[in-house]
Amino acid sequence: MIDAVTLAVLKGRLEQIADEMDATLFRTAFNPIIAEAHDASHGLYHAETGETLVQGKSGLPIFVGAMSFAVKAVIDRFGPDAADGDVFIFNDPYDGGTHLSDFRLVRPFFRDGRVFCHLASVGHWHDVGGNVPGNYNPVATECFQEGMLIPPVRLYAKGELRQDVVDIILANSRLPGSAYGDLNGQINALDLGAKRLAELLDEYGDDTVAEAMLELRGRAAKLMRAHIASLPDGTYSAEDFLDNDGHTDAPLSIALDITIDGDRMVWDFSRSAPQCAGPVNIAYSTTVASCYVALKHIFPEVPANAGVLEPIRFRIPETSLLHARAPKPVGGYTETILRIIDVVFSAFAAIDPAITNANAYGTINAVSLAGHRQDGRRWVMFSFFGGGHGGNPAGDGLNHGNAPISTATIPPLEILEAAYPVMFTQWALRPDSGGQGRHRGGLGAVYEIELLEESADLFLFGERGRFPPQGVAGGEPGAANRFCYQQDGAWHTPPMASKMVGVRLNRGERIRLETPGGGGYGPPDQRDPAAAARDIALGYVTAETGE
Amino acid sequence: MSAPSRHVIGVDVGGTFTDVFVYDEVGGTCQVAKVPSTRGDQATGFLAGIRARVDDLGTIATVVHGTTVATNALLERKGARAGIITTAGFRDVVEMRRRDRPTTWGLWGRFDPVIPRDLRVEVAERTLADGTVRTAVDPAEVRQAAETLLARGAEAVSIVFINAYANAANEAAAAEALRAVWPNAYVTASHQILPEIREFERTSTTSLNGYLQPVVASYLARLEQGLDSGGFGGELLIVQSNGGVMTVETAHQRPVHTALSGPAAGVIAAAHIAASAGYPNVLTCDMGGTSFDVSLVAEGRSALSPETSIDFGLVVRSPMIEITTIGAGGGSIARVDAGGLLQIGPESAGSDPGPACYGLGNDRPTVTDANVVLGRINAARPIGGALDHLDVAAAERAIATHVGEPLGLSSVEAAEAIIRVANSRMAGAIRLVSIERGHDPKRFVAMPFGGGGALHAGALIREVGLAKALVPRFPGVTSALGCVIADMRHDFVHTLNAPLDGLDLAAVDAEMVRTAAAGRALLDRAGVGFDGIDTAFEFDMSYVGQSHTVAVPVEVTLADGATGITADLIRTSFEAAYRAAYGRLLSGVAIRVLNLRTAVIGRRRSLPLELLAPTGAGTVDHAQTGTRPVYADGAWHQAAVYARLDLPVGAEVRGPAVLEQPDTTIFVDPGMTAMVDRLGNVVLGRTEETAP
Repeated sequence: MIDAVTLAVLKGRLEQIADEMDATLFRTAFNPIIAEAHDASHGLYHAETGETLVQGKSGLPIFVGAMSFAVKAVIDRFGPDAADGDVFIFNDPYDGGTHLSDFRLVRPFFRDGRVFCHLASVGHWHDVGGNVPGNYNPVATECFQEGMLIPPVRLYAKGELRQDVVDIILANSRLPGSAYGDLNGQINALDLGAKRLAELLDEYGDDTVAEAMLELRGRAAKLMRAHIASLPDGTYSAEDFLDNDGHTDAPLSIALDITIDGDRMVWDFSRSAPQCAGPVNIAYSTTVASCYVALKHIFPEVPANAGVLEPIRFRIPETSLLHARAPKPVGGYTETILRIIDVVFSAFAAIDPAITNANAYGTINAVSLAGHRQDGRRWVMFSFFGGGHGGNPAGDGLNHGNAPISTATIPPLEILEAAYPVMFTQWALRPDSGGQGRHRGGLGAVYEIELLEESADLFLFGERGRFPPQGVAGGEPGAANRFCYQQDGAWHTPPMASKMVGVRLNRGERIRLETPGGGGYGPPDQRDPAAAARDIALGYVTAETGE
Repeated sequence: MSAPSRHVIGVDVGGTFTDVFVYDEVGGTCQVAKVPSTRGDQATGFLAGIRARVDDLGTIATVVHGTTVATNALLERKGARAGIITTAGFRDVVEMRRRDRPTTWGLWGRFDPVIPRDLRVEVAERTLADGTVRTAVDPAEVRQAAETLLARGAEAVSIVFINAYANAANEAAAAEALRAVWPNAYVTASHQILPEIREFERTSTTSLNGYLQPVVASYLARLEQGLDSGGFGGELLIVQSNGGVMTVETAHQRPVHTALSGPAAGVIAAAHIAASAGYPNVLTCDMGGTSFDVSLVAEGRSALSPETSIDFGLVVRSPMIEITTIGAGGGSIARVDAGGLLQIGPESAGSDPGPACYGLGNDRPTVTDANVVLGRINAARPIGGALDHLDVAAAERAIATHVGEPLGLSSVEAAEAIIRVANSRMAGAIRLVSIERGHDPKRFVAMPFGGGGALHAGALIREVGLAKALVPRFPGVTSALGCVIADMRHDFVHTLNAPLDGLDLAAVDAEMVRTAAAGRALLDRAGVGFDGIDTAFEFDMSYVGQSHTVAVPVEVTLADGATGITADLIRTSFEAAYRAAYGRLLSGVAIRVLNLRTAVIGRRRSLPLELLAPTGAGTVDHAQTGTRPVYADGAWHQAAVYARLDLPVGAEVRGPAVLEQPDTTIFVDPGMTAMVDRLGNVVLGRTEETAP
C-alpha cells in the first residue's frame, strides 16, 4: 500500500501537471474567451472509465465534472483501436457535455504499449459557425443552427497531423485564424502534459503513480461521505425558473429534491421542466458537472476527482430539459447550469444555512455586436458580463464578481475599444441591485455602449430578466437583469426579456445592460444599522429603497 | 564638514528586526547590526540601527533603504484618505476590478477598495481609443471636484481618464488645474505613473500611489530629519520593487514603486552573493513564519513580472522582482483531513501564538514543531532571541494528537512525514518558477535565507534535482546587504498597440531616445557615482488576436540621437522570444506590438564579498560544539553540531550534521556534505559529488 507521505507528494505533482497545461493554453490562446476568461480546462483521466483522476486548479470549474464524459465518449468509440500518438478532437455536446463552442482534444497516454491514462484539453473557441457570430443563438431549435458539430475524430494519427481534418474545421468558422491559434495552444498543452507525466512516471514508477491515482479517488469519496454524514437526514427542496426558451415566453422550472440518508445523497431533478424548443436544454453530463461545481463551492476543499460524486445518485428523467439529446439545441447551456447551481445553494440553505450562500447573479449575458468595417473586414465583439455574488454567513456578497461556473476575468474596456468600433459610456456598479438581508447581496453592474461605426447587428443571450436571484435564510432577492437598446431615437427592450437576435443598430445608438445583484442572506431587519447607513452614504443603496 | 564620507549603509526594516549593513569603503571593512524594529514608527528603529555602528553620521556617503512601509500600509489598509477623479461613467472601475473573485472555489470572498466610493468623483471628458479627444475637459469642473474631495477629507488625489494612455491631453490639463488648487503635492496622474492600456490596472496602480503618498512621504521626512540632525550630508536612496534604487525625490512621487521594496533587496543580494561564489543561476528561498517565497535569478539577472497583487484586488502594475509565494512557512499548521490526507498550511500559527513548542497557546503542530521533534532545531537555543527555550514535549504532543494518531504513525515518524510534505510543497514552488518557465533545475543552486530555509535546503536539492544549495555567511542580513549593492534603475512604459507592419518606426525611435534620456537625467540628478549606465529596450508583443504578450528584448545602440530600430529587427527578436517560450511559430499571422518598455540602469560600485569571509585559522574540530540525536531517513543519527561562524575556509562537514549560528540553523542531511567556500558561504551538495 502506498504510504501517506508519497501520496500527498504525488497529489501535488499531478495537480501541477494539469495546472501547467492550463497555463500553457492561457498564454498561447488567440481568443480572449480562453486567454482572458480562462474558458478552458485540462486534466488526467482514467484509462478505461474516463473518470477524472486529476484536474487543474486554474481551469473553468464547469469542465471539471464534464470532461470525464468526453473522455468516455472517445473510449467508447475507439477503445482498443486508439494508438500511441493519436489525438482525438470533437465538440459534440451530447457526447461529453456543454455546447458546440467547446472543442475537446483527448490524447491517450501510452506506457509500454498500453494506455496508462488520458490527457485532455477543452477550450471555448471564438466562433464555430452557425447562425450567430459567437454561437449564442437564442432562437435555435436544432443544434445545426448553433454551429458545426464534429464527432470524435483523429486530429493526429500515430503522431501525424491530419491536415484535412484541420481544414474542414477551419472552413466552418467565421474566425479561422483565431480557431487555428487556439487549436495550436491546445496541442501545445497536451504535448507538455505528456512530457511532464512521462518524467513523473520515470521518477516514481508507473505502479506507484497508478496506485496513488486510485487511492486519491478513494480519499475523495471518503471525504465527501464524511461531509454528507455531518448533515441532517431528510429531504430538502428548492425550485427556481428560467425566463423562457427564446421562443415561447413561458417560465421553465428547475426543481431539485435532495434526500440525505446517512453518508449518501440522492439529487432528484424529476420535477424540472421537460425538454424545450429553444437552446436552454442541456445534456445529462452537463447537469452532473454543474452539480459538482455547486458542491465544490459549498465544500471547497474536496479534491477535483471522480471520487467526490461516488456517494451521490442523480435522478434526471430522459424527457427532462436536463437530459437533452441530439439535435435539441444546447447553446445556452450556461444559463441552465447557473440555475442548477442556484437551486443547489437554495436547497443547501434548507439543509444548513451556515454552510451556504444566497444566489449569485445567475446569467452570463453573452452580448455579441458584429459588423463590417469600411474596408470590408468583419468584426465580432463578443463578451460576457459580471454581476453580484450572494450574501453569505461571512458577510455581504462580492460586487461585480464572475459567474460561479467560471473564473473568467472581463476584458478591459480600453482593449475592447482599441479592437472594435465601440465606445463605453458607462461601466459602473448598479445601486439597489443587491438583495437586502442581514448580509446584503453584492451589486450588479451597468454597462452602456455606443456604436461608432456605420451599423452593426446586436445579439443577446441572458437570463434572470423575470426571476431575480433568490435570497436564502430570509434574505431578499437581488434585482433582475435588464437590457435595452436605442433605435431610431427611442429605447426598446427585447420581447424575451434578455434574449434577442440580429437587431440592427446605427452609428451613435447605444445599448445598456444592467446585471443582477446577488440575493441577500438572513432577514433584512437583522442588518447592522451601521452597515445600512454606510450603504446609503456610499450610494450602494439609494435613500428611497434603504428606508 | 566633519570626517570624510566613507560609509555606505544598507538598512532593511522587517517585521521583527531592523538589519543594518555598514560598508566602510576607505577602511575596506563591513559591520552588521540587528536591532528591534519599532512598529508604528519604523524611523526610530532605522536610526537606532545606524547609530549602533556609526557615531558620526557625517561619515556616511550613502544610505540605501529597503522598506515595508508601503507594503504594510496596503495589507493593513492604513494608507491616507485619498480620492480619485475619473471620466464620467467610470468611477467604479477600481472597485469592479477585472470581475474576478478571491478564490476559485467558495463564493464568500469580498473586497474593500482602498478608495471609498464617496471619494471617487467623475468629470465630463472623453478620449477615444485612437487618441481623438471627443469631449475636452473643463478645468472649472476639475476644480469643483477637488473642492468636493477636500471637503470630504481627502489628503491625496489621483486622476485617471479613460484612454489617457493613447492621448494624455485631457488628463494633463486636469492635473494642471488640480495642482493649482490642491493644498499639497499629493497629486498623481495616471499617464505619469503608468501610460499603459488597461483601465483597471492603471486606475489601481495610480490610486494606490495616491493612497501611499502621504504615508511614505511622512516616513521619509522623518528619516531625513533624523539623519540630517545627526550631521548626515550624503544621499538617501530607496529600493524599488524592480530591484533598483531611486532617490527620495522619486520615491515621494512614486511610492507605489516601493510595494515590494524589502523582498527585492534580498533577491538582489542573493544574486550577487551567488554570482561571486561562481553560481550565476540561483533560486532564492525565503522561509518565514507563514510563507515560503521563491525567486529566480538566471545568468545573474532577476526575473521581473509586469504586475502583482499585494492583496486581492490591490493590483500594482510596474516591473517587480518576481516572487512566488506559497503558504508553507515554519508556522504552517499540519493536519489530516477527513479523507485521511496529510495537509500542510495554508493556515498558520504565525509568530504569535506561534508553533506549539513556543508554549504561547497554540496546540496544533507546525513545521517548526516537526523540526524540533526531529532534533534539527536546538530547543535550548532558539534563534531570534525572543524565547529562552522551546518546549519539545508540547511539540511532540501536538504532532502525536493531530497527525500521528490519525495516520497510525509514531510522533517521530509523523514529524518526518510533516517535513516531507512541507518539502514537497516548497519543491512545487521551486518547480513552478524553474521547470515551468523552461529552466533546468540542474543548473541552479538554492539560496535559503530567512530563519528556517537552511533546514530544508538539502531536501530541496534532492526533490527538485538542484545542483547545490548556498547558505550565505550572514543570511539574516541578506536584504540589508542587498541595499548596499543594488543598482539604480528607472523603468518606463509606453503603449503602441499597433501591428508591426503599420508601426510608426520614427515615433518609436523618438520614444526610445526620449525615455533613455529621461532615465539618464534621473540618474544624473541622484548624485551617485556609477561604474556604468545600461539602457535596455523591450517590446511586449504577440500575434494579432492573442491577448497575452511575450517580452521581447531588442539589441540596439543609442548613437547620435537615434537607436537604428527596424521592423526586421523587431520581427526577428519576437520570433526568437516566441520560439523560446512556446516552441512553435505561427505561419502567416500578423504580429502586434503592444508596449515599449525602457529600463535605464546605473551600475553602482560592487561590494567585494571577500570582506565577509572568515579570518583567522580555526579548525573544524575547534568549531564543533557537541553532538545531538537527529532523526532523518527513518532513523536516529548522532549528528555533530558546529558553530557555523567558527568553521574555516575549506572546512568540510559530512551529514548528518547541524551547523548553528545566531540567525539560522543549517541541517546537513545524511548523504550531503557542507563545504565552506573562500567567501565563507556554506555550499551544500551530495557527498558523492563534493568528495575529492
